[in-house]
Amino acid sequence: MTIQHQSSDVQAAAPARAAFYNDPTVRAIFWQVVVCGAVLALIGYLVSNALDNLARQNIASGFAFLDLPAGFAIGEGMIDYDPSNTYLRAIVLGVLNTIKVAVAGIIFATIIGVIVGVARLSPNWLVARFATVYIEALRNVPLLLQLFFWYALLVEALPIAREAYGPIMGFYLSNRGLNVPLPDDIGFVFPLVGLLLAIAGSVWLYRRNKRIHDATGETPNTIVPVLIMLVVFPFLGWVAGGFPTAFDTPELKGFSFNGGGVVSAEFMALWLGLTLYTASFIAEIVRSGIQAVTKGQWEAAGALGLRRGQILRFVVLPQALRVIIPPTTSQYLNLTKNSSLAVAIGYPDIVSIAGTTLNQTGQAIEGIAIIMAVYLTLSLSISAFMNWYNKKIALVDR
Amino acid sequence: MMQPIKTIALSFAAVLLAGQAFAGATLDGIKANDSLRCGVSGSLAGFSLPDSQGVMQGLDADVCRAVAAAILGDSEKVEFVPLSAQQRFTALQSGEVDLLSRNTTWTLTRDTSLGLDFTGVTFYDGQGFMVPTSLGVSSVSELDGAAVCVQTGTTTEKNLTDFFRATGMSFQPVVFEGFEESVTAFINGRCDAYTTDASGLASIRVSNVSNPDDYVILPEIISKEPLGPVVRNDDGEMFDVVRWTVFAMLNAEEAGITSENIDSFKGSEDPNIARIMGDEPGMGTAMGIDDTWAYNVISQVGNYGEVFERNVGASTPLGFQRGINALWTQGGLMYGPPIR
Ligand SMILES: N[C@@H](CCC(=O)N[C@@H](CS)C(=O)NCC(=O)O)C(=O)O
Repeated sequence: MTIQHQSSDVQAAAPARAAFYNDPTVRAIFWQVVVCGAVLALIGYLVSNALDNLARQNIASGFAFLDLPAGFAIGEGMIDYDPSNTYLRAIVLGVLNTIKVAVAGIIFATIIGVIVGVARLSPNWLVARFATVYIEALRNVPLLLQLFFWYALLVEALPIAREAYGPIMGFYLSNRGLNVPLPDDIGFVFPLVGLLLAIAGSVWLYRRNKRIHDATGETPNTIVPVLIMLVVFPFLGWVAGGFPTAFDTPELKGFSFNGGGVVSAEFMALWLGLTLYTASFIAEIVRSGIQAVTKGQWEAAGALGLRRGQILRFVVLPQALRVIIPPTTSQYLNLTKNSSLAVAIGYPDIVSIAGTTLNQTGQAIEGIAIIMAVYLTLSLSISAFMNWYNKKIALVDR
Repeated sequence: MMQPIKTIALSFAAVLLAGQAFAGATLDGIKANDSLRCGVSGSLAGFSLPDSQGVMQGLDADVCRAVAAAILGDSEKVEFVPLSAQQRFTALQSGEVDLLSRNTTWTLTRDTSLGLDFTGVTFYDGQGFMVPTSLGVSSVSELDGAAVCVQTGTTTEKNLTDFFRATGMSFQPVVFEGFEESVTAFINGRCDAYTTDASGLASIRVSNVSNPDDYVILPEIISKEPLGPVVRNDDGEMFDVVRWTVFAMLNAEEAGITSENIDSFKGSEDPNIARIMGDEPGMGTAMGIDDTWAYNVISQVGNYGEVFERNVGASTPLGFQRGINALWTQGGLMYGPPIR
């Protein structure tokens, strides 16, 4: 009572009595400006100090080196590159390699993580135990060791290039990696377009049927038309493209395969390691998310006559998702950052390429700054996307 | 009128002070610590590899010992710091080590843009290739399309690219940060060939693989790799000490002075020998160290020939001939300017 009275008293009197420097808002702004200023000044001091020291020790500085020819070859990449290209292009190649393994890792870690997390709660003893063993084994062994393990396994267990397994439909598997045939005819664009159309059509159909279901309770068939589209559209495209058949198949020439594409052993090992490791964490997140949904929801859904799979899909997972997304986001960030261990097993990611650059130019600070900027950008992008997704999920809340 | 003079005086003082703080900073630091921190590879047989007792052995390690003997009078006062190819220059720049003696190639870029100075050459080397014997390859010209394992942070990476570009052949580099990992991947057959300095290849062949005969080193050498010690370029005295320590070892070999017989040269009439023995004053004080520095180096570590034979010579597993690393008097490139 008294407190309430006092506070309203203060509120009423404050504008008149208190000096501006006692105004909490002004004070807050003041201190924020002071702190920001101090931090900026400190950064400025450190940067200028570093530049001074570098100049005094005759160590080169600046980013001019990015325009010079790199002069070193890179094992694999998604854009054309040769050693006469600039350091900048080499670095872009490295960033793309990092993104490639991160995206592939995130997709598969999510799929495996959800399956294992659900399996861990399975009433089937064997399935649940298996999931537990998987999680505990992978979660508790350092990732670097796992990477060495997968790499050693691939390189040692698979035959050398000359004795590669295959060809099975043009595919070869050896300790170089997986060599795959690639379509070698512009006509293949048409079936690809057909496939994209089929996917777009399927998404549209799924949404439409869901709307109908929500509105009327009827369940129009989705699966059959989707399957038909997936088969027929690409086929029509193939016909439209003039029945292209030419494939660029890998062929063993001397030491290595010529033609086709390759998924290198380094990529496979890194991707496997990152995926399986991160999946074990995601599985735990999924499990805890599911368990966070109260038992009453299961029972209520059960009372309505839903089966276990249906309860999970329609009742529990949608609610669990809101608990699951935020920690999963940080797992995605971890996976992306952990991909920097690539250099240990010879995959040319950004750290590897910036490392070589840094060593050839001697510009360590710039090299490290580039690496930091790349990871920061990747991480913030992932966070932004996941926050957007999280919001979207939250809005569906009923 | 007063202002400019004052400013000039002040900045002059600043330059002086800064100058004082720098000249001899490294050397003074070593003396104050009574120990030399020396960056080595630590995993390369013949150059720097701990033996079964944990004592660092090798040509690079002995260069560290020689410098410690010259500065501190005791070759044992060395703290060895193992550095990867990637770490080495940063470690030296940041002062983590005082001297880098780690099979490091002297190149223009490294000498000019890193704030470091190469003091000379302790081993003339060149880059080569090693392949499994079973591959049936006898020349690098047969390596078109090969996958090649290589360690990052080395001159090797770029030479490899230059070589394949110049010869118009293709190859796939597989680049590792760690030495062990790069060698393991090669041994497991991930790569058709491994490339590094010929000395490094020989060292891998004798100490990293189970049967040396399963691997052959191809005859071609594709680059010049003069390996030598490196110091920061902020300390001229340290530079001189390291450079002349190696020269003293060369001059001693030329004069026939060894760690065994050095005491028999005491009181020698030959002024060239007397200066090495420290009997003629001024040869050490000019660099800020004791006049007996060269005597300490030779008596405790040995002359260049002894160090070479002990670590990489014909009687060691590496079994190198002196070749271009012989003294100039024997048709090699090793030449010590006069200690005078
Ligand atoms: N001389 C070359 C290569 C030196 C080098 O680092 N060689 C490797 C391969 S033999 C090495 O010594 N690795 C041992 C390690 O990293 O511990 C250079 O200075 O860049």
